[in-house]
Amino acid sequence: MPTLDSANLMPDATPETKSAGAPALTVRNLSVLFGKNAAVKNVSLDIAAHAVTAIIGPSGCGKSTFLRALNRMHELNPEARMEGQIHLFGDDIYSRNVESVTVRRRIGMVFQKSNPFPTMSIVENVTVGLRLNGVRNKNILAERTEQSLRMSALWDEVKDRLHAPAISLSGGQQQRLCIARALAVQPDVLLMDEPASALDPLATAKIEDLILTLKKDYTIVIVTHNMQQAARASDFTAFLYLGELVEFGPTRKIFTSPAQKRTEDYVTGRFG
Amino acid sequence: MTAPNHRWRNFKNVLMQIIAFSCAILVVAPLVLVFYHLAKMGFSSINFAFFTQLPKPVGETGGGMANAIGGTFVLLAQAAVIGVPVGVLGGVFLSEYGGTKLNWWIRFAADILNGVPSITWGIVVYALLVAPMHGYSALAGGVVLGMMMIPLVMRTTEEVLQLVPGGYREAALALGISKWKTIVQIVVRTALKGIVTGVLLALARVAGETAPLMFTALGNPYWARSLTEPISALPLQIFAYAISPYDDWHRQAWAGALVLLLFVLCINISVRFLTRDRFQPKI
Repeated sequence: MPTLDSANLMPDATPETKSAGAPALTVRNLSVLFGKNAAVKNVSLDIAAHAVTAIIGPSGCGKSTFLRALNRMHELNPEARMEGQIHLFGDDIYSRNVESVTVRRRIGMVFQKSNPFPTMSIVENVTVGLRLNGVRNKNILAERTEQSLRMSALWDEVKDRLHAPAISLSGGQQQRLCIARALAVQPDVLLMDEPASALDPLATAKIEDLILTLKKDYTIVIVTHNMQQAARASDFTAFLYLGELVEFGPTRKIFTSPAQKRTEDYVTGRFG
Repeated sequence: MTAPNHRWRNFKNVLMQIIAFSCAILVVAPLVLVFYHLAKMGFSSINFAFFTQLPKPVGETGGGMANAIGGTFVLLAQAAVIGVPVGVLGGVFLSEYGGTKLNWWIRFAADILNGVPSITWGIVVYALLVAPMHGYSALAGGVVLGMMMIPLVMRTTEEVLQLVPGGYREAALALGISKWKTIVQIVVRTALKGIVTGVLLALARVAGETAPLMFTALGNPYWARSLTEPISALPLQIFAYAISPYDDWHRQAWAGALVLLLFVLCINISVRFLTRDRFQPKI
């Protein structure tokens, strides 16, 4: 029997029992097409609130596209078109009277390549989402800065140099700053697109620890290439292959007794 | 060990190097020669009066080009007011908005406009402003220089905005920041030095224009009292004095040319200074 931290990392709960309340995101028959090519084909799944859901699959399987459809970032590509429905706590995020800007305030995103704004200091980076959305109150800004930097485990490292340029930080710190920046606008869901793939193992471990802490307050969806990372950090795992959802379930089940042969082959490294 | 054909190859190699080097020197030589000649001919005529006094009538020595120097600044200020907003916003449109096809045509048009002979611009503004207003004016001079700046500023702005990595745009949009604010506060801010550089280079370029000003600003031996009056400018005054038969005016023309060259040189040096520690995005 597994001991130690397994209870925390691999819950026995099934998606149904875990999300007994309402799932954070319900995805129904989602397809994303670029011109005539479907990058994501007819995917339906529920993303549990206050849990980490990992999306795994080989390169080009549509996992990043899937993630970007969750906060309408795919719309930046004029070729992209989506079909199906996505609801965030019951709200249709593709409803005609919902602006993509509103959706993205509730569903934040962290990218593979850390991208703090180079013209801004550390504190300006954290507060930029608030300031450009009209928050002027200095107390609120200061409070959110500390709160977000603490949550992203960066506060102790930068509290004495909040006004230093953001690009003076190390790669791992920059990525945690990007997480703090996303948290400062207080989203419900945090999407992470391979957030640690450009970092060294130590910085990666910090990001993974962070993900485990953040799930108390946030719903997290993470795309990863790294099978160990999915196994360590996520509660649920979805395996995408060629745009289709092959299997979705509790991470432990996907990694120990997957229902599909293709899933087993992929997680054991036989292809992909 | 060296075979004859190796020697022949080495010789060709050295020969090509010498030819290329000579061509590079030929590029620099005119600048040095022009600067040396202007300094020799004009420096002695540069004094306090040159910057503060109006031209004296023929026969009286002394006097200066204060009206022309002031006029150049007035014209450049007007040109900047017209050329910078339109050029920068046009560059923003090309880089951040618009369909590929439309943008291709706009870019094509801007490149053609950049190659239009400056005298043509002068005639256009003569027809558009000078003739309807029944008179040459500082305003028309500012407009023609501003119009010449627009395609220059537009293309450089577009180019530096394209250098801003797409990751910054995505990061801002993912924070729920609207597209317009993303462009102004993130993209333009990141590329600001490059945009300023483009504006300065465009100003330096039009500062020396003469032909379009002959059709618009005309020139004026006195101070212009309003923008609807003809105004002088350094290139106009240099031209007028250079074709005159008087030695004193010739000396003043040399001095004026030296001042104009130093002015343009100053702009170029400040551009160098600006771009020296230009932000290089880590990619």
